[in-house]
Amino acid sequence: MTEVTLLDAVNLALAREMSADPAVVVFGEDVGRNGGVFRATAGLQERFGAERVFDTPLSETLIAGMAIGMAAEGLKPVAEIQFLGFVYSTIDQIVNHAGRLRNRTRGRLGCPMVMRVPFGGGIHAPEHHSESTEAIFAHIPGIRVVIPSSPHRAYGLLLAAIRNPDPVIFLEPKRIYRLFKQEIEDNGEELPLDTCFLLREGSDVTLVSWGAMIHETRIAAERLSDSGIEAEVIDLATIKPLDMKTILTSVEKTGRCVIVHEAARTCGVGAEVAAGLAESGLMSLMAPVERVTGYDTVMPLYQLEKQYLPGVDRIVAAAHRTLES
Amino acid sequence: MAKQTARTSIPNCPSVSVLQGATQAPVARFEIHYHQVLDPKGQILGPIPEFAKNSETLIGFYRNMFKTRAFDTKAIALQRRGQLGTYASCLGQEAVGTAIGSCMRKEDVLLPAYREYAAQFLRGVRMQDILLYWGGNETGMNFEIPRRDFPICIPIASQAPHAVGVGYAIRLRREQRVAVCVLGDGGTSKGDFYEAINAAGVWDLPIVFVVANNQWAISMPRNAQSRAETLAQKAIAAGIAGEQVDGNDVIALYERIEKALIKARNGHGPTLIEALTYRLSDHTTADDASRYRSESEVAQWWRADPLVRLRRYLSNQGNWSEKAEKELEFESQQEVERAVREYLDIPAQPAGSMFDHLYASLPESLEWQRRSAIQGGRQDD
Ligand SMILES: Cc1ncc(C[n+]2csc(CCOP(=O)(O)OP(=O)(O)O)c2C)c(N)n1
Ligand SMILES: [Mg+2]
Repeated sequence: MTEVTLLDAVNLALAREMSADPAVVVFGEDVGRNGGVFRATAGLQERFGAERVFDTPLSETLIAGMAIGMAAEGLKPVAEIQFLGFVYSTIDQIVNHAGRLRNRTRGRLGCPMVMRVPFGGGIHAPEHHSESTEAIFAHIPGIRVVIPSSPHRAYGLLLAAIRNPDPVIFLEPKRIYRLFKQEIEDNGEELPLDTCFLLREGSDVTLVSWGAMIHETRIAAERLSDSGIEAEVIDLATIKPLDMKTILTSVEKTGRCVIVHEAARTCGVGAEVAAGLAESGLMSLMAPVERVTGYDTVMPLYQLEKQYLPGVDRIVAAAHRTLES
Repeated sequence: MAKQTARTSIPNCPSVSVLQGATQAPVARFEIHYHQVLDPKGQILGPIPEFAKNSETLIGFYRNMFKTRAFDTKAIALQRRGQLGTYASCLGQEAVGTAIGSCMRKEDVLLPAYREYAAQFLRGVRMQDILLYWGGNETGMNFEIPRRDFPICIPIASQAPHAVGVGYAIRLRREQRVAVCVLGDGGTSKGDFYEAINAAGVWDLPIVFVVANNQWAISMPRNAQSRAETLAQKAIAAGIAGEQVDGNDVIALYERIEKALIKARNGHGPTLIEALTYRLSDHTTADDASRYRSESEVAQWWRADPLVRLRRYLSNQGNWSEKAEKELEFESQQEVERAVREYLDIPAQPAGSMFDHLYASLPESLEWQRRSAIQGGRQDD
């Protein structure tokens, strides 16, 4: 058992799977010699060689596209895009190829690739370095979108993502990269994809979130508990495909739901959760579903990022509102 | 000056005769020329360009490079003190921006990446504007003077296609303006760049692309970016002119960029200029370059410092003195300090400002979000 940060956990999972499976290759901009701008791939090139851990020319289209080619050839590419703000040119490759290679070839060619991308606000980063646009990927058929919220889940979910036979976009909430440590055992044990994680049990209201916002959501749950309200906290973890069952089961018990995300509100993943509740959980709901989200604005530069990011107060207030009805 | 003419006829496809010829006859050849006027020792090689005979012009270059460096030093200090966010230094690249800014006309359009402060200052962008931007406040990109210049561009090379659009608009209106697009060596690996120079060539647009080849793209050395011996030769594949210039020689830069600007202005199409320079600093204040490059390499490039060589030349010509240097130092410090004070005095924008320029006018359906933001996130109305 070692105490590690989320960032360390990513590094451990990569190293673990690289030793276990010679098909795993790691590449991207500045991931080799430099060990990644966040140090997520630190030490991997020394350990596994410059053929399996390498730097690419500066081209995200290339990185995503070559990952698809490698995956079709039976390698297990784990590509890094330096920040989510630079991922958009890969969308052609992801939508038109990664998400449908299997389908187009009736199962003949698969695409077992992982694209790791740090994302989210809150660290005073420059422009284009703080957005949360995970919903863009969640909309794409044929891929998975996975977001860890702790070192433990980063380790287990990344292992699962690499081993998964289909493409996974693995979004790493960089605000909590080094926020806290957890004991994890580097035993190669994966965690399940396609399922939510129940982080806290409660009977009064269900709080649903993912990524860095889990941190605020849990604090909000403790605050609510101080005033006698017991919140259930659910971490979506895999935002696509979405495990509505866990959420519906919880809402059957609580009758109330607050969805929390950093991303802009309109067509955020929260809208999908709310739609799922409207479709299948309406009879359990005792209050309208609340969403606590980023605004439908461009992510502001850092002087206003605090005002943009949903905070604990807003989550607590929303939970109270559901209890008033 | 020749009026620009639009190409109106649709080019024909080549006739089948292109298929007839001697086996293995070369069908294309190219050369890339390297231009240097002032060597690192401050000595003039070859004939002195006309403009460089005017010492006031050269002193003007020196002053801008010096002030830019004073600004850069201060910005890094502010970042270290927690008074500025991540900052991208232009240390060592002052000549490139100074030459660009000096030969552009007011009505031209600059499409920078993020290290072209030397050019931006000459365009009329204020030091506090750049500080505001890296200090997390959008107002820094609302330039008072170069109203049509593009803001700093962080997604690498994504500004290159914009230059094509700007160039096209200029041509469509028969204007004698030019778009100047600056990007890094790393940027030349991106499709955006290739697509832009290709299209600029197809339409003969009034654009000057300047590749500030500072030898590094974060930890990636220039030769890991491309096997091409020069980045300038990428122009050849796009069918446009390409050349290499000593990017630490402000005189050669001015001469070549000016020439490219005149050519573009007169309707004779785009040029790609590769300026060979060096990033003497870390990539940004968030980077530690010692992890991936040697001190001796950096030391070697310090010997090619663009400021030192121009100062040597000016001194040798009797046009610069210790006293002038001291005065410039004092003046620069004053100017930078004034800008820093202004920057620090500007309060953060109010929360509602997130909505102010989202659209020309805010859609009704977003009003409640704006109110909520103003009230610190209350969403109960
Ligand atoms: C599309 C894109 N990918 C990745 C990045 C992250 N990044 C910022 S600067 C940089 C290197 C750029 O190198 P170069 O083009 O040579 O410009 P320089 O920083 O050397 O001036 C990278 C990879 C980015 N900003 N944009
Ligand atoms: Mg560079």
